[in-house]
Amino acid sequence: MNTQLLGWIQFALYVVALVLITKPIGLYLLRVLDAEGRTWLDPIFRPLEKLTYALMGVNPKREHNWKQYTFAMLAFSLVGCLFTYAILRLQNILPLNPQGLGPVSPDLAFNTATSFTTNTNWQSYGGEGTMSYLSQMVGLTFHNFVSAATGIAIAAALVRGIARHSAQTIGNFWVDLVRVTYYLLIPICVAFAVILVSQGMIQNFKPYTKATLVEPMKVSVAKVDKDGKPAVDAKGNPVMEEQTVTEQNIVQGPMASQIAIKMLGTNGGGYTNANAAQPFENPTPLSNFLQMLSIFSIGSGLTYYLGRMVKNQRHGWTVWAVMVALFIAGVLLAWHSEVAGNPIHQHLGVAAADGNMEGKEVRFGIFNSALFATITTDASCGAVNSMHDSFTPLGGFVPLFNIQLGEIIFGGVGAGLYGMLVFVVLGVFIAGLMVGRTPEYLGKKIESYDVKMAMLALLILAVDILAFSAWAVVSKWGLAGLNNNGPHGLSEILYAFSSGTGNNGSAFAGLSANTPWYNTTLGIAMLVGRFLMIVPILGLAGSLVRKKITPASAGTFPVYGGTFFILLIGTILLIGALNFLPALTLGPVVEHFLMQGGKLF
Amino acid sequence: MKTKSRSLFDWEIVAPAIGDSFKKLDPRLMVKNPVMFVTMVGAALTTIGIFTAEPSLRGFVAQLAIWLWFTVLFANFAEAMAEGRGKAQAAALRRMRTTTMARRLHNGREDKVPATDLEKGDTVVCETGDTIPADGDVIEGIASVDEAAITGESAPVIRESGGDRSAVTGGTRVLSDRIVIQVTMEKGGGFLDRMIALVEGARRQKTPNEIALTILLAALTFIFLLVVVTLKPFGIYSATVFSIPVLVALLVCLIPTTIGGLLSAIGIAGMDRVLQRNVLAMSGRAVEAAGDVDVLLLDKTGTITLGNRMAIAFHPAPGVAENDLAAAAQLSSLADETPEGRSIVVLAKERFGLRAREMHELEATFVPFTAQTRMSGVDFHPNGSQALDRIRKGAAEAVRTFVETAGGAFPQAVQAEIEQISRRGATPLVVASNMATLGVIELKDVVKGGIKERFAQLRKMGIRTVMITGDNPLTAGAIAAESGVDDFMAEATPEDKLKRIRTEQAEGRLVAMTGDGTNDAPALAQADVGVAMNTGTQAAREAGNMVDLDSNPTKLIDIVEIGKQMLMTRGSLTTFSIANDVAKYFAILPAMLMATFPAIAPLNVMNLHSPTSAILSAVIFNALIIIALIPLALKGVAYKAIGALAILQRNLLIYGLGGIIVPFIGIKLIDLIITGLSLA
Repeated sequence: MNTQLLGWIQFALYVVALVLITKPIGLYLLRVLDAEGRTWLDPIFRPLEKLTYALMGVNPKREHNWKQYTFAMLAFSLVGCLFTYAILRLQNILPLNPQGLGPVSPDLAFNTATSFTTNTNWQSYGGEGTMSYLSQMVGLTFHNFVSAATGIAIAAALVRGIARHSAQTIGNFWVDLVRVTYYLLIPICVAFAVILVSQGMIQNFKPYTKATLVEPMKVSVAKVDKDGKPAVDAKGNPVMEEQTVTEQNIVQGPMASQIAIKMLGTNGGGYTNANAAQPFENPTPLSNFLQMLSIFSIGSGLTYYLGRMVKNQRHGWTVWAVMVALFIAGVLLAWHSEVAGNPIHQHLGVAAADGNMEGKEVRFGIFNSALFATITTDASCGAVNSMHDSFTPLGGFVPLFNIQLGEIIFGGVGAGLYGMLVFVVLGVFIAGLMVGRTPEYLGKKIESYDVKMAMLALLILAVDILAFSAWAVVSKWGLAGLNNNGPHGLSEILYAFSSGTGNNGSAFAGLSANTPWYNTTLGIAMLVGRFLMIVPILGLAGSLVRKKITPASAGTFPVYGGTFFILLIGTILLIGALNFLPALTLGPVVEHFLMQGGKLF
Repeated sequence: MKTKSRSLFDWEIVAPAIGDSFKKLDPRLMVKNPVMFVTMVGAALTTIGIFTAEPSLRGFVAQLAIWLWFTVLFANFAEAMAEGRGKAQAAALRRMRTTTMARRLHNGREDKVPATDLEKGDTVVCETGDTIPADGDVIEGIASVDEAAITGESAPVIRESGGDRSAVTGGTRVLSDRIVIQVTMEKGGGFLDRMIALVEGARRQKTPNEIALTILLAALTFIFLLVVVTLKPFGIYSATVFSIPVLVALLVCLIPTTIGGLLSAIGIAGMDRVLQRNVLAMSGRAVEAAGDVDVLLLDKTGTITLGNRMAIAFHPAPGVAENDLAAAAQLSSLADETPEGRSIVVLAKERFGLRAREMHELEATFVPFTAQTRMSGVDFHPNGSQALDRIRKGAAEAVRTFVETAGGAFPQAVQAEIEQISRRGATPLVVASNMATLGVIELKDVVKGGIKERFAQLRKMGIRTVMITGDNPLTAGAIAAESGVDDFMAEATPEDKLKRIRTEQAEGRLVAMTGDGTNDAPALAQADVGVAMNTGTQAAREAGNMVDLDSNPTKLIDIVEIGKQMLMTRGSLTTFSIANDVAKYFAILPAMLMATFPAIAPLNVMNLHSPTSAILSAVIFNALIIIALIPLALKGVAYKAIGALAILQRNLLIYGLGGIIVPFIGIKLIDLIITGLSLA
């Protein structure tokens, strides 16, 4: 069978599977996100849940207004961030360190702690060479769960703000956090990990296995100085040295438990440096498919949850449809560009017959690489099964563009929905004026405060990405990390700050970002992109929850159906995307035209 | 104050508006509009850029600067045009408010003081020919007053002490009789002063939606400012120099100048349109709220029905010919000057060709209606005899007593007929001649022509109509069904009205109502949109947030449409403005990069002549589109009651899709023209 057709079949399979899981997950979310909700796991987790509240001194019956909710979320995140920072700095004296790895450097520890707290999982380090088992399992995995739960909690708080009326409170942050972790993330991850193990993924506490190579290899590697950073010569280029390799370290450890939450919680931080391209981390086509599906699962289910909560299921499905449409468009563009490949390589006769295979796992091929890249950046996952840096310019444009839209296509768990709802509010505002009424979203008037909060969220996204990138491209520290010059180098820097701001965590790997400057600026970008976004969104929730609901009439337009679908897509593209077009033009777009003209970077 | 409808570009308004466009360049005024303020700063920077540019590019930068200034001036011109129409009216009003002298009553004596010296609580006398010096209430007497100065209506109106017609307005003239007026306004706070301030737009405050939109536009402006500023370092990295004028050109093209430039003009023009319908809105907020109204409370009498009952049928008693009943009914009504009475005469003539006769020819005397007898009719004295022949018509109970007293019987069939008529919502009037009951006249409230269609339109707009009436539920229900209102309140007291408004509001609805009486004042104040009739009391006029000078309650529907139009125009132009950015990107970005990356040429989809012509064309388009859209901003986007979804689809198509396509064509055309003229 030809590979194109196989691609189409897998694509259809993926979308159908996504449709099928949306409603069940949405219905389950409805129970989890209701403090009184009952689930079949109650016998196991109810006592644990009650014990947790008792230990934390939380009264689960007392709900928060938006300011209390925001404060609880920020305080919790701050403590969690400091906790992980401490573990990373002290991993050499803490247990579960069979490799005897040393402490993580201050800037890398800051970067990593913020990275995992913000659900970004940007990794300036290679997991297997830097992190002890304790750091991985406790310091990082802890955040994989709670940062995902935080995102879902905030989405739920915003949805409550929309659904309730003439009220003050939007839920209890601690209850949301605990319930999502216990009833949603842990059980699914346990089951998912078992399935992954069945596919050949490892789960153990053994030290790394040393294997002797059948045939010694000569390799040229970047020289590393005593601080563990790449050495550079006087011109700032990395110093390379020849090494003969006779044995290989084969990574071991508690992988499956990590990978389940990495995907489900759209964390994306790889256990190994090669992430989902590493054979242990992604052993089979089925594990690949399930990992991709798990990335979208909660984001997709949340749209159903939205529909149920606001008692307008068609609205939920329309939001879902917008996400799917943008997702499909992205996949098609990336797939097409990768299949078309690199005209220069083809001209020289060095290209694979069926397109651009540079940086891709032969096991997955072009379609599954393009699909994975689109999914991981539609959501704020950041796991990769191929190297985005090696994509064709337009193929690489897709992940970059997806992140810059704000990762609203299913998005990070929770974050995707609340990001999308910002566009819904703006779209409703403009369209509401167009029909001659003070704009209403599901019966709630959208007034200046709400517009202010929504625009603030957009503004923060744009400022965070553009200002840091612009600073980096004209500063010494910014350019020092670049392995490629020209427009591709610009794309790499743009991608790094987009990925950080969007809490994605994937990289255009050509950039050596493990420097104090990049670790610090990216750490700040991640914090801003996460928490400064969340505050206006909770402010929006707090404003909406107080409003009365005006009953719908013939004078209000429906927030579902074809017209609303077009309106929402138009709003996203015109208000969300236009901001990044000039920078994108100088990066991937110019690169594309130059490649067509025979120039590479 | 009927204003002659001026053509859109009347020279008397255009000329001063051009001057005002320059006066409005004052930065203190400009800063209130962030979009245009940024544009002006850009224009200034570009002007400086003329001198620092390379000599070969000076012509280009100079043209850019000129067009950027034009962009700002065009926006100012739009606002000045909108204000100009109001100003012309204000000037006319000022001329009218001459230095009237007032005859003030002081301890029973009269002294003459200038009208401007009157204090609240003073009493003044006005007689035939006097101009009423201030707003007030008539506390003594009755007079006919010419209010043409305010309403434009030449027919005089009656103003009398007590009741619901006691309010008089300063500037109007007493035509006959003498009245004593108590001044109810503070110095300088009269109706006329407020009107002048309103039409001049002096007290214009931004409406809530306008504020929200301004925030959206300011935030977009800030984002695009950031986009353009960061483009400079990205350019440095890419070894491309972006000059300040070119970056300014990109910025001005991206920020929403079209809506930013027209926003205040739309608001002012909306108020002006309300005024042209002879309605004084106390604030833009009120007009905007009218567009949001969910429920309209309408008085039955005068709004839904013509206000008078009309005879529509004769129902004879058993054994009586309809003709005879009609003849008796006509006779009893010949001298009855009430509208009901006249309508009976008219019906008798229509149905049976019975002509009106003179009373004295019949040797009859008219017995007028009294509250005690609740009947009217005629007494005949054939040949001056004492043997009276008496015909009576009136309420069923009264006529029954009349017949039974005379020794007659009230037939069962007539009683049944009466009940049936009542059930239909009509009023039965029984006719009797001495002891014989002749039959029943059916009187009916006549619903105004076209009102049913009007309500159907409102329903499509998503507005529910509620009829308010003092009638019994039976009558009210019938009228409600016939007129097509969605709901009605029968036997409603002012308290009921107030309660109803509060309930609707508690359920999240916006309520509008009309009223005129003093007891309407609380409800008018409670309603989100309260339209007081100009004929009403001072209390009602103070309580409402609009005054209808024509006192035509149906006009509320017009105001709702204007309110909607105002929002639609803003929304549509915002969409248009943002959608325009796509084409401008395709014009300017390739032009900016062409020198460094010639390979990018395919992105120049419009095939514009050169980088300079491309940038110039985009800027010129951006400026001219403001001028081109001024008529739309002033007239407003057409409103049709076709339901929100249909309107949205229509406007998305015209202003969304149109907003994407139009600039591609426009910029290409401008490029052809300026290239042809060798301007770039």
